[in-house]
Amino acid sequence: MTKSKLVEIIANHQDQITRREAEVVVSTIFSAIGDALSRGERVELRGFGSFYTKQRNARVGRNPKTGDTVQVPAKIVPQFKPGKELRERVDNIT
Amino acid sequence: MTKAEIAKVVHERVGLSKKESGQIVDVVLDVVHKALEQGEDVKLSGFGHFMVRNKRPRRGRNPKTGDEITISSRRIVTFRASQLLKNQVLGENQ
Repeated sequence: MTKSKLVEIIANHQDQITRREAEVVVSTIFSAIGDALSRGERVELRGFGSFYTKQRNARVGRNPKTGDTVQVPAKIVPQFKPGKELRERVDNIT
Repeated sequence: MTKAEIAKVVHERVGLSKKESGQIVDVVLDVVHKALEQGEDVKLSGFGHFMVRNKRPRRGRNPKTGDEITISSRRIVTFRASQLLKNQVLGENQ
């Protein structure tokens, strides 16, 4: 499923909402999550999961092609942990 | 950030009523949830990809007792943040 497919399903599901509005809603939801993460906030969506950020330490890496060592700087990366309900439901399909 | 706060952002930016905003946030998450339950990947460009992956059974150990056990095969959801989201999280945190 892609974003446009998601938008289409939402627009068809809710009669009061046009396709254009559904598009804005979907973008708004995911950009709100991104904004919260960039503020270092955790986003907890009951039954679905949580988005959060994690600190990665600086490390010495290697260019796999040339074998040269490179300094990889410390960074903050976004993470997602599926909630209990999602985890169980996804595992329970055949 | 919680679902209610995301609904508030939708209400403010999109102009749907508070009630409608709350409902539509639920619907969007539900549609993503259902797709994943059916084993379908969800690709949201600019945000990230939710992928359903099959894990093979592996040997593990009960960390409390030290007993060796077999961890059965299972299906899990993984999330890969898009480059855009990674950059957003990096840029505004540093």
